[in-house]
Amino acid sequence: MSDFSLSSLMPLAPELFLAVAGMVLLVVGAFMGNRSLRLISWASVVCYGIAAVMVVSGDGGRAETLGGMFVMDGYAELIKIFILVGLAVSAILSIQYLYQEQILKFEYPILILFSGIGMMLMVSAHDLLSLYVALELQSLSLYVLAAIRRTHLRSAESGMKYFILGAISSGVLLFGISLIYGYTGTTNFALIGQALGAEISLGALIGMVFILAGLAFKVSAVPFHMWTPDVYEGAPTSVTAFFALVPKLAALGLIARLVFEPFYPLQDDWVQIIWILSAASMLVGAFAGLRQENIKRLLAYSSIGNMGYALMGIAAGTTAGLSGLIFYMAVYMIMTAGTFAVILSMRRQDVNLEKISDLAGLSHHMPKLAYILAILMFSMSGIPPLAGFFGKFVIFQSAMESHLYVLAVIGVLTSVVSAYYYLRVIKVMFFDTPAEPYDGHISWGRWIVLAGSVGFILLFIISPSSLLDICRTAAVYLIPSSLS
Amino acid sequence: MEIELSHYLSLAAILFTIGVFGIFLNRRNVIIILMCIELMLLAVNINFVAFSSFLGDLTGQVFTMFILTVAAAEAAIGLAILVVFFRTKGSIGVEDISAMKG
Repeated sequence: MSDFSLSSLMPLAPELFLAVAGMVLLVVGAFMGNRSLRLISWASVVCYGIAAVMVVSGDGGRAETLGGMFVMDGYAELIKIFILVGLAVSAILSIQYLYQEQILKFEYPILILFSGIGMMLMVSAHDLLSLYVALELQSLSLYVLAAIRRTHLRSAESGMKYFILGAISSGVLLFGISLIYGYTGTTNFALIGQALGAEISLGALIGMVFILAGLAFKVSAVPFHMWTPDVYEGAPTSVTAFFALVPKLAALGLIARLVFEPFYPLQDDWVQIIWILSAASMLVGAFAGLRQENIKRLLAYSSIGNMGYALMGIAAGTTAGLSGLIFYMAVYMIMTAGTFAVILSMRRQDVNLEKISDLAGLSHHMPKLAYILAILMFSMSGIPPLAGFFGKFVIFQSAMESHLYVLAVIGVLTSVVSAYYYLRVIKVMFFDTPAEPYDGHISWGRWIVLAGSVGFILLFIISPSSLLDICRTAAVYLIPSSLS
Repeated sequence: MEIELSHYLSLAAILFTIGVFGIFLNRRNVIIILMCIELMLLAVNINFVAFSSFLGDLTGQVFTMFILTVAAAEAAIGLAILVVFFRTKGSIGVEDISAMKG
């Protein structure tokens, strides 16, 4: 390329910085060994902070680089900030757990960092090639993270399941990409959009279905959700927290860019697919969650259900729907962070507790944690005036505006059903016979996450429109102007 | 008979289907699953190269190179996880991946 210059890479700066930082940390880890885990974890948190500053300090406009493979706009900027916050929170939550469970591997925070780079590239992907490579960078790191506790059968097995199903989904995605490439003659998002706008062929339609199926795997939308409960249960809890916090946000950001940019001419077709994914996810998430005894499994079904609500925002196909999706995912991430901070703190005789029945007596032994978890559960089940209520409200409102009445009704009904298992957690904490006390110590990093999470949920009502406005501004970047 | 684009596409589709069925019908060994995944990816490569050649556009072949590279990384990680699993379980039978159900 003749017009190459370093300044043309500026939109890519946060990712480049993180990649270099990751490699430096890898060398530090290689020299210092596993005792550097704490140092590397905190260093990675600092790197996320620096990267977030770099993302914010971009000029805010739309910029393409790498020959149109990478795009940086307001939409990518906002989602990247959420991703970076999620990465930092999961690194902070992990440290104490890793030392307690003796998973002392310095690779752990570095793998989170590399998967984070993959996620940031995903939301900025503007070409099927960069989409694929970014997705694989993220997925490969996640497979290893799931299996990182390699002496434990469950962790190894969850890594195995995640790897096999993830690799199949990548194959399906690639098959779709090859068809799109063949029938439109290009892999660039903008050019695919033009080609499909001119003529829609059956091959391209099939390709789009394959691509959406492959990505539905990554966000664990029903019927591609089989891996989620097992991986959530088997992986170490801090890894589960990470899985619940960030990767789905990135994958949803990618799906939104795909359907609104290259596949926009096929809107009538993808709306049907997203509709089915969304309705099925909400139903399975609500009903299968009812009979779970393991809290990590429960949260897996809860996340499947929440993906259903989030996909409803895409099905709406409007600026309101997309901004609702971004907002919903942000609120969901904050609530999940708090919930996992509590779960990670539930220990008895140096063993992490995972059963819902183990929560009995939390209100007696650790009242502060119990009230925090109660607020989080009320928010998850969507009780006003907590933030979780507004997330659902915005999504349902956008679905109604787009005349998706059936979907909105399913959403309201399933959120009532799922309220049962959220409220059951509260019932167990406050009303069941207390068991033995818990191991007390909770690190200050975890307290910060808890305070931030609960503070956001409670105080959101003071100024609901500020975050919603930010999400709306970001959504406008993606939706073609004819609609907004 | 001249070999046209549709022949290549049929071949790729058949190989891809064999790969998918191999994963779900195989009840014996995880290694076979890894081979089936590889088969799926290679079927996609045939698609890409065929399209690339018939469109007269190089992007498809570049894409193939990327797929081959990523597939190698994927196979490495898959085998590593398989070794870890074998060490804890003492078996790589598909039916033995069953500590968690539900």
